[in-house]
Amino acid sequence: MELKAVGTAGTLESSDVMITLEPRDSGGIDLTLESSVLNQYGRQIKAEVLASLERLGVKNAKVIVNDHGALDCTIKARVECAFYRGCGCDMDGRFDWGGVIR
Amino acid sequence: MKNAVGREIPKEALAVELKNGRKYEPYHGKGYRDGKYIKKAGPTSRIYQKPQESKLLPSIRDAIIATGLKDGMTVSFHHHFRDGDYIVNMVMKEIVDLGIKDITIAASSLGSAHDPIADYIEQGIVTGIQTSGIRGRMGDVVSHGKLKTPAILRSHGGRVRAIEEGDVHIDVAFIGAPTSDEYGNARAVGGKSDCGVLGYPVVDSEYADKVVVITDTLVPYPNFPPSIHGINVDYVVKVDEIGNPKKIASAAARMTQNPRDLMMAENTAKVMAATPWFKDGFSFQTGAGGPSLAVNRFLEPLMDEKGIKMAWAIGGITGPICELQRKGKVGKIIDVQDFDVAAIEDIRTNPNHFEMTASEYANPANKGAFVNKLDFVVLAALEVDIDFNVNVITGSDGVLRGAPGGHPDTAEGAKCCVIVTPLTRGRMATICEHVVTVTTPGDCVDVVVTDYGTAVNPARKDIIEALDKAGIKHVPIKELQEKAYSLVGKPDDLQWKDKVVAILEARDGTILDVVREIKPYEN
Repeated sequence: MELKAVGTAGTLESSDVMITLEPRDSGGIDLTLESSVLNQYGRQIKAEVLASLERLGVKNAKVIVNDHGALDCTIKARVECAFYRGCGCDMDGRFDWGGVIR
Repeated sequence: MKNAVGREIPKEALAVELKNGRKYEPYHGKGYRDGKYIKKAGPTSRIYQKPQESKLLPSIRDAIIATGLKDGMTVSFHHHFRDGDYIVNMVMKEIVDLGIKDITIAASSLGSAHDPIADYIEQGIVTGIQTSGIRGRMGDVVSHGKLKTPAILRSHGGRVRAIEEGDVHIDVAFIGAPTSDEYGNARAVGGKSDCGVLGYPVVDSEYADKVVVITDTLVPYPNFPPSIHGINVDYVVKVDEIGNPKKIASAAARMTQNPRDLMMAENTAKVMAATPWFKDGFSFQTGAGGPSLAVNRFLEPLMDEKGIKMAWAIGGITGPICELQRKGKVGKIIDVQDFDVAAIEDIRTNPNHFEMTASEYANPANKGAFVNKLDFVVLAALEVDIDFNVNVITGSDGVLRGAPGGHPDTAEGAKCCVIVTPLTRGRMATICEHVVTVTTPGDCVDVVVTDYGTAVNPARKDIIEALDKAGIKHVPIKELQEKAYSLVGKPDDLQWKDKVVAILEARDGTILDVVREIKPYEN
């Protein structure tokens, strides 16, 4: 599966994170992070997003993370969802929810 | 040098000059200055021997000129108008327009209503801030090192001590008052901006060289019984509005419906009921926050069950405690500040609801404030650490955005101090290894109630024994902290620059902690 279009998941609610993935051909991962808990958890959020992208096989993308204190499990789920949406998956069960990211 | 709560107090903080020449010491532990003496610092007060008909001046500007306010002086304000206050901004604008600079603001508290002061700090006109609360843009610019001298943050009781002892000298006090007569006898009840009581600025009126009362409602002389006595007032100014009544008092504080808050409140009431001080004639203070306020509701059935009544309640007063009193379950309410319309209405009509000064409430240096006779206090916290130290001033980003208020005063005074707080707030671990800033020392905190369990300070063997006897489960606080970190992850340490931007005074005037300039997060 390959990121073909912009994929977004999540909300700006407290304890959630909004992830936007924008495909590009080269240049690796360009991550922009905003967070209400940036000073204490910025490093961990960044690591979690990058690890999730690696497991999904995303090599080149512009990534915007707008976090309002989401826990790690939420971050993983939102990255995964944004990816599948960006891959153009529809609701026909072709994607492996919870299967790629553990 | 490390102080008694394990905080490194840098030389530059200990070297900060106090007005009376007193040298700062690091915090030594609770009760450290008990039995020592202070020489009170009196004001230089003008003699008004020749009778004058009125002290009224046409404007704030005229009053500032009349007081002789000059560069480098200290002005003071109170915070009874809370987020609805107009006084601080009105007065400071005139001071700035007159070209007076190098001003220190010594307020009982400051809030988000005072954002314009941030500009004066950035422009270098306001060079000192001494307050309990600091929030909004002011907190932001101070945390980013824009204030010329470190802000000095004190508890409500600590402020009275500092003024009486002469650590700070107020040149001119500007006291907003809901009503005043032409001689400056000022009251909190009546007028357009009724705030119920005026307990905080009494010390200002007694210790400032010049005192200006500002009101929007002039009443016939004598405006009695006054909170601020005309004998201490130099000038009176009438303005159109001293505040926004809607923001001065919130509508009756609504009881929380959040099941987590209710559960914590119920558990707090049960902890109180299990201790030996829960007997007929006990005394109590609680905060206005969700779970703290809800404790009132769960206390009542436990009091009924035991057939006991509360002798008195103190503090920032809200509707629920007045309601409890109307049911005949509280003897007297002694009130330093009103938080809602119900409390303001109550003090107007209820003969057993009394006003007190900030000194009577919480001053550690007088001959026995109300907090010294307090049985229980229930308080909130932003963070509590495994040594029971509490932070109520700095957020998870290290920026100043809170107020010690009466927290350290009641915690030290009360026989049983209970902190009630959820284990986590969003991704913030409330129970943590080390609080960002110590605002109430752990040696004054006895019990912590969270939604994941209760912990008792190991120093309080009597409370542990009482809870065990009552079958109330409690765990080591370390367990709560580990649970919190297992949910949200271990937070990274905040990054600071070297500059000390604020000094946290313990209520006895020693240094509890410092806040340094925050270093922007590097991605």
